[in-house]
Amino acid sequence: MIDVGTPGTATAVARVPLSKKRPQKRHIPVLATAALFGLMYLVGVVSYPGFSDTQILLNIFIDNAFLLVVAVGMTFVILTGGIDLSVGAVVALTTMISAVLLRENWPAGAVLPLVLLVGTLLGLAMGCIIHFFEVPPFIATLAGMFLARGLCFVISDASIPITNSTWTGIADVRIWFGGFRITISVVIALVVLLIGAFVLAYTRFGRNVYALGGNQQSAMLMGLPVARTRVAVYTISGFCSALGGVLVSFYMSSGNSLHAQGMELDAIAAVVIGGTVLAGGSGYVFGTVLGVLVLGVIQTLITYADLNSWWTRIFIGALLFAFILLQRVVNRRT
Amino acid sequence: MDEILTMRGIGKRFPGVVALDGVDFTLRAGEVHALLGENGAGKSTLIKLLTGVYDIDAGEIRLDGVPVRFTGPGQAQAAGISTVYQEVNLCPNLSVAENIMIGREPRRFGKISWSKVRQHAGALVARLDLSVDVTAPLSSYSIAVQQMIAIARAVDVSAKVLILDEPTSSLDASEVQQLFALMRRLRDDGVAIVFVSHFLDQVYEIADRITVLRNGGLVGEWAVADLPQLALVEKMIGKELSALERLEEQGRPSVAALERGAPLVAADGVGRAGSITPFDLTIHKGEVVGLAGLLGSGRTEVARLLFGADRADSGTIQIDGKPVAMRGPGTAMTHGMAFCSENRRTEGLVEELTVRENIILALQARRGWSRPLSRRRQDELVSKYIKALDIRPADPDRPVRNLSGGNQQKVLLARWLITEPRLLIIDEPTRGIDVGAKTEIQKLVAELSDGGMAVLFISAELEEVLRLSHKIAVLRERRLVEVLENDDAVDQDRIMATIAGGNP
Repeated sequence: MIDVGTPGTATAVARVPLSKKRPQKRHIPVLATAALFGLMYLVGVVSYPGFSDTQILLNIFIDNAFLLVVAVGMTFVILTGGIDLSVGAVVALTTMISAVLLRENWPAGAVLPLVLLVGTLLGLAMGCIIHFFEVPPFIATLAGMFLARGLCFVISDASIPITNSTWTGIADVRIWFGGFRITISVVIALVVLLIGAFVLAYTRFGRNVYALGGNQQSAMLMGLPVARTRVAVYTISGFCSALGGVLVSFYMSSGNSLHAQGMELDAIAAVVIGGTVLAGGSGYVFGTVLGVLVLGVIQTLITYADLNSWWTRIFIGALLFAFILLQRVVNRRT
Repeated sequence: MDEILTMRGIGKRFPGVVALDGVDFTLRAGEVHALLGENGAGKSTLIKLLTGVYDIDAGEIRLDGVPVRFTGPGQAQAAGISTVYQEVNLCPNLSVAENIMIGREPRRFGKISWSKVRQHAGALVARLDLSVDVTAPLSSYSIAVQQMIAIARAVDVSAKVLILDEPTSSLDASEVQQLFALMRRLRDDGVAIVFVSHFLDQVYEIADRITVLRNGGLVGEWAVADLPQLALVEKMIGKELSALERLEEQGRPSVAALERGAPLVAADGVGRAGSITPFDLTIHKGEVVGLAGLLGSGRTEVARLLFGADRADSGTIQIDGKPVAMRGPGTAMTHGMAFCSENRRTEGLVEELTVRENIILALQARRGWSRPLSRRRQDELVSKYIKALDIRPADPDRPVRNLSGGNQQKVLLARWLITEPRLLIIDEPTRGIDVGAKTEIQKLVAELSDGGMAVLFISAELEEVLRLSHKIAVLRERRLVEVLENDDAVDQDRIMATIAGGNP
């Protein structure tokens, strides 16, 4: 196949290798997740009457819209080979700041951009620390996590209800179509998802994210803006966390320092189960959606089976383990 | 031919070192120009000046007759100078097309046009006669093809001057031919190619012209036909008379006398694919075996296989006449072997630790953590070796980082000597240290072998190898080509002829 220097072979360039007929290696984890989701959904449909109701599927989106948004940001970070442990704490901080400011009768139109800005700036700061001071992402975002969670408790250690009419108004909107309903949060999550997918697939910035995850040294020597890209992914993750926090405050109608405990781990689990390689450089936002759906179906199944909700964790743990093993196996066959 | 690039009187200093001094280099369109020299000759500094990684301190660079000054790799690239390094600097997770085009993708309203990316990349590889599917991930191709894709990217970005830094070091013979075919094609298109390699046979196959550097200075420029291979090696190594004192040769035992008993270590057909061709080598008690050869000829690889730092994939190693399964450096150490690495900073010394801690390290490792050396015993041993090796300053609590190169080397030696090894492997112990310390280390090696220790001595300096060794193993292009007894008939010319190959 590789036949260099012999005149006349140039015409064979466009020839498609045989391996093209099988799914490409990098698609295998995503296909496995899709198959798993299909299988679990089928198990639910067969075992429980009423599971086949489309609303059940939509409820998964309604109940996990915030996780979806946070996981999209996490996908950017993990694609560069990094990690962001601060997302859950930033979500909680966002709910707290929103609740407090709304209680003080700030207009919703001012609170919303402000909390989004706070999350974005936190992400920007962590990105700068990670890139310019060469602090490992794990450490820098762990510090960010403690900082954000700590700030929540400084604001208040009690739950603050949100009664602002604009806020609850948005939260209560139901969009109906053909007898099914979704929330504004789901629409927001889907928009974030589409933007994320477009940016990663069709912009130079998105491709730089993949290049950075593939080989940072190479990315630099190829003249790509490594610093800008690296700082940007943590900024995006900070923004997505804040937006996720807003969706949580819609969902819960309160600000609470204990909201979103361990959400960073759910987000990482969703990204990895969705086929993104932890070492970076390979993965898709749509894989992440499947990852979130898998987590959602597990939750639903466990509710239907009337099991203790901790079983969710056990299943997620087992799945995570299985998918990391799958990544190893796929990569070793190179 | 047109002179596309001229460098005149180039000088570059680093703190305490003159890296380049008064070097001229001329590159013409449509030639392959080999840049040669031993390690430390200044090749990589010259390349880094050319690619804008460093700025010049003296001299002038002209590109197409216009004086230029680069302050960053981006500028050099924009001016038409591209570099492809030894390790492929592309992203294995991206497609071939994307690797060629990333950062320069054709866009419409900010959206990358993938069809245009594939079209452009496909046309480029077709023009270079590479039969590559541009939509496949880069990692699905061999290193050789990846290297050619890196070259394709480089000439696509800017196609005047192409610098290839050790491009063939990880390629096999047929892959080298593929690369050369591509190089010839680019040359015929008028690209000026700088080729840096330590494989002299390859230089003679592909290059039109040779520039030799030595010790930061220019030795000269020749057309390939005017400089036979043996003469080239002489130019590279330089037959400078050393100011070193002659070691006394009194009563050094002959090889025949030393080799009467069974060998301490015998390697039989030991080799490792891609690293070194299988070789045989025996080392006896009290014997110094020198390894000679150019940089990259496989000297260090031989040592690493014997010590178990790399795993051999063929052959057997016998110690005291019994076959030993080398599982790693631990096995070698339990059999009384010690290895002073050539990279004393990265693979040897722990710079933050003190002289004492560094010296004790290997002995403590061999005893295991459950049997710590008492502080008194440590102090005893350390002060003994600081005195014996004359480590200066004689302060065991000083961090090793603050010592000079020669003293650091002695600390490393001391570390292995207190384990009382039967075979000491030392890789380039005298590189980068001053003349005085050099002589002391050479003396020490001679004394140790007189005391019955076997030594495997690796050095780029032939003179040193000749002076110390009883037996000299010569390596060329990752193959042990000859083992010479170091008698009066052997001199630098004889060894150089073997290193140059072909015509001994």
